[in-house]
Amino acid sequence: MSAGAGAGANANASGAADVIGRPAEPPPPSSLARERWHAACRSPTLIAGLLILTFWTVCALLGAGIAPRDPYADDLLATLAPPSAAHWFGTDQLGRDIFSRVIVGARDILIVAPLATLLGTALGTALGLCIGYFRGALDDIVSRIIEALQALPLVIVALMALAAVGTSNSTVVLVIGFVFTPLIARTVRSAVLNETDLDYVAAARLRGDGALAIMFIEILPNVLPIAIVEMTVRLGYAIFFVASLSFIGFGIQPPSADWGIAIAENYSLIGSYWWTVLFDAAATASLVIGVNLVTDGLAGVLDT
Amino acid sequence: MTDGATADALRFEEVSVTFRSGRRELRVLSGVSLAIRRGESYGLVGESGCGKSTAAFAAIRYLARNGRVSGGRIWVDGRDLMALSQAELRRLRTQSVSMVYQDPGRALNPSLRIERQMMEVFEVAEGVSGDQARSRSREMLARVQIASPDRVLRNYPHELSGGMQQRVIIAMALSTNPALLILDEPTTGLDATVEAEVLDLVARLRAEFNNSILFISHSLPVIARMCDRVGVLYAGELIEEGPASRVFRDPRHPYTVGLMRCVPKYGLRKSQSRLETIPGFLPSPGSITDRCVFVTRCANATERCAREAPPPIALEGHLARCFYPDRASELPRQSSLAPPLPTVGRAGAALPLLRAQHLSKTYQIFGRPFQAVHDVTIELWPGETLGLVGESGSGKSSLAKLLLGLSVPDEGSAIELSGDALPARAQDRTRSQLKALQIIFQNPGAALNRSQTVRALIGRSLRLVGLSGAAREVRLREIAAAVRLTPRHLDEKPRQLSGGLKQRVAIARAFAGGPWVVVCDEPTSALDVSVQSAILNLLVDLQAERQVSYLFISHDLNVVHYLSDRIAVLYLGRLMEIGPSQRVFAGPHHPYTEALLSANPSREKQGAERIRLEGELPSASNLPAGCVFHTRCPRKIGVICEREEPPLAQAGGGHAIRCHIPAAELGRVRAPARPGEPA
Repeated sequence: MSAGAGAGANANASGAADVIGRPAEPPPPSSLARERWHAACRSPTLIAGLLILTFWTVCALLGAGIAPRDPYADDLLATLAPPSAAHWFGTDQLGRDIFSRVIVGARDILIVAPLATLLGTALGTALGLCIGYFRGALDDIVSRIIEALQALPLVIVALMALAAVGTSNSTVVLVIGFVFTPLIARTVRSAVLNETDLDYVAAARLRGDGALAIMFIEILPNVLPIAIVEMTVRLGYAIFFVASLSFIGFGIQPPSADWGIAIAENYSLIGSYWWTVLFDAAATASLVIGVNLVTDGLAGVLDT
Repeated sequence: MTDGATADALRFEEVSVTFRSGRRELRVLSGVSLAIRRGESYGLVGESGCGKSTAAFAAIRYLARNGRVSGGRIWVDGRDLMALSQAELRRLRTQSVSMVYQDPGRALNPSLRIERQMMEVFEVAEGVSGDQARSRSREMLARVQIASPDRVLRNYPHELSGGMQQRVIIAMALSTNPALLILDEPTTGLDATVEAEVLDLVARLRAEFNNSILFISHSLPVIARMCDRVGVLYAGELIEEGPASRVFRDPRHPYTVGLMRCVPKYGLRKSQSRLETIPGFLPSPGSITDRCVFVTRCANATERCAREAPPPIALEGHLARCFYPDRASELPRQSSLAPPLPTVGRAGAALPLLRAQHLSKTYQIFGRPFQAVHDVTIELWPGETLGLVGESGSGKSSLAKLLLGLSVPDEGSAIELSGDALPARAQDRTRSQLKALQIIFQNPGAALNRSQTVRALIGRSLRLVGLSGAAREVRLREIAAAVRLTPRHLDEKPRQLSGGLKQRVAIARAFAGGPWVVVCDEPTSALDVSVQSAILNLLVDLQAERQVSYLFISHDLNVVHYLSDRIAVLYLGRLMEIGPSQRVFAGPHHPYTEALLSANPSREKQGAERIRLEGELPSASNLPAGCVFHTRCPRKIGVICEREEPPLAQAGGGHAIRCHIPAAELGRVRAPARPGEPA
């Protein structure tokens, strides 16, 4: 070892170091995590999206605590009042304060949609890893089933499932989670296919790692950025999906102040009493836009 | 000055190029001055990251959006490049300058026929169309010595081989008879025999068209062969410039001297001497302005070099940016004597360590058999290095995968480890069998999991030997030290490491379990020459310490010759020749080996005659009958070559050749003279 190239170089370097102070090595480039953090701080889309999401998360968490009035209190003397100083967004058919209801209405959708997305992402990532890693017959069969499922309109599939098992917040989470699983699996699968061609997977096989270790320890961290971006894309769809189901009565159930339910109850009044629908619709839209901004920002930061 | 500028095809005067990265400005080229006279061929040489391609793109004002020429002036064909309007610039790029890139596959549009792409050149540059453009295209293809231009015109790019694609691109580049032709690593992605052909072609076309050429390459032998004058770039500075013959015979900058010493000399062996290296690291672009850019790596450096930047100093007919150009030849050598190598071979051992018998691998591609490896029998003895050479598609990597158990051989194949049968699939092998056989991959970027730290990368392989906890950490530091990684590197991830350091991590991982055989699959072909020599030295040291055997795959014959005790030559999945390296190199050789040796640019300087292969490499799914080499063989003797596959005939001393011609009548290369002192 003493005659090694490094040793020779070091001997030489130390000989001249006092004269010219040569550094041993260049400083290492910064880590990926730090670079991503800096990129995140410089991404206006990501920051704007996160601000919108933070706003609705605060509303969902504090709910009635920050609403100016009781969102569930009827006031039959002030039904369908237009926006005014007393009722910023007006009142509905029962005289309830719409501004307070919009704030409180964030809660259910912000529980149901993210949980459904998380479930779908977890299952979809696991499934995508399996079919992408094993390929062969398993991949062929599962991929064809996924394609068949994608050909069906998802809302109809979800409706039939909910009609069969009965609707509640937890069944909505499960049904949307399962509906999303194949979509996420497909995205993860294609990322896994690229990874399994890389030599590090062969190196892992050559040290005797099993399939589970290779999938979850070696490959998963490298496809995680793609799975995360896909998850935020799906979150946007999930919000839209839950709102649609609530609108047709199969999603979140009254007496929740949910936006979709509010729109369903009031949409027949839209001609004369626009404020009963507009603000709930705008809230839904802003939440979806916020999620999509985060998606775009994250995709840039994670460079997927 | 203006007169001089008009007379030159390309002139750089104190050109600096900066790139903006975030809020920082990085100076990638600083104060580069050079001139290419009309009809002259100018070589720009240097390692990756030195600014070679940036210089080429600056010459056509085609830098990436965050880059700009921040200082100096550029004249192309007598015109001030910076003063041109967009329309004039476009005309200049279509008519006066052409560029040929490294990867011909990406330079052609995959969805258009060659005809459409070539005709477009004439339509845009000369305004001719239809039959006239077509006949001009045909003419150009004939001039780059494409035998059947009509067929090539009808083809799509993917139907052509890499060498043929590069010819088409050279034909397109020359179509407008440009004043300046820029060739950016034009042969780097090609096999040695194809590279030799393309270089021959460029040399011949240059004589014919009399264009000026800017030839960019990392390969000193290629530049030495192709260029009249040469400039050496280091960290964005032109540190030496002059007539090629002069610079290569009598280099005056320590970097040039170091770079030339790093290239393994033709005929040098590991038992004779270690390879030279350049210690230290390339500084990041633009980080050094107030002193010599090479000071941290230079053994000749003095205090003065650390205080001020040396100006270009004129010597007789050539320039060097060094205060002490006269001391360059006295640059102290980095390398020491060769380490004592293990005694190789059959004498000490009863059984070969690894034996593959009748190894074949046939893939089914669209229902047709594709023979990647056919009936290969090889043995590897303890402490031995077996070199595996052949062009791409010859089955080198497929053979390695079969041995490692990463793909399953055909029926009838057998692999033995120390006399015991080895299961075909890696999954079926025991821990000790897995431990015994490891690999170092070509591209360390893909071979290391980018989400893991160096500690995890090496540590996970240590589980093979059943180590954990503190004992594992001790062993980990030991193995990291053996590949000259410092403990600081253990917590870094691959992206924070240079290519050379990444390959060291990959080597550490292969050696972690204490292997008997390590397959090295082109371990240095993705690395610069100075890094390559350090890695090769490391491989030799590890072999001396640990008595490991190597199966060393490479397309670089000098490297294979340096490292290998025996050499096997593959062609289309078949073993054409195998024997002790000295014998394979000295001859008699198989005609294919002879062509490979002849294509070696560093050998051509010695005046050996050239042997060039005709025709294209046949596809492994449609193999020629008889001897698979007969379609390209310069020494084909007759019908027997087309009908009958020759046996692997013994030529004495463990040397075997698969050819119908008796060994005594096969070609011989003058045995390489003992490598003299390099210039």
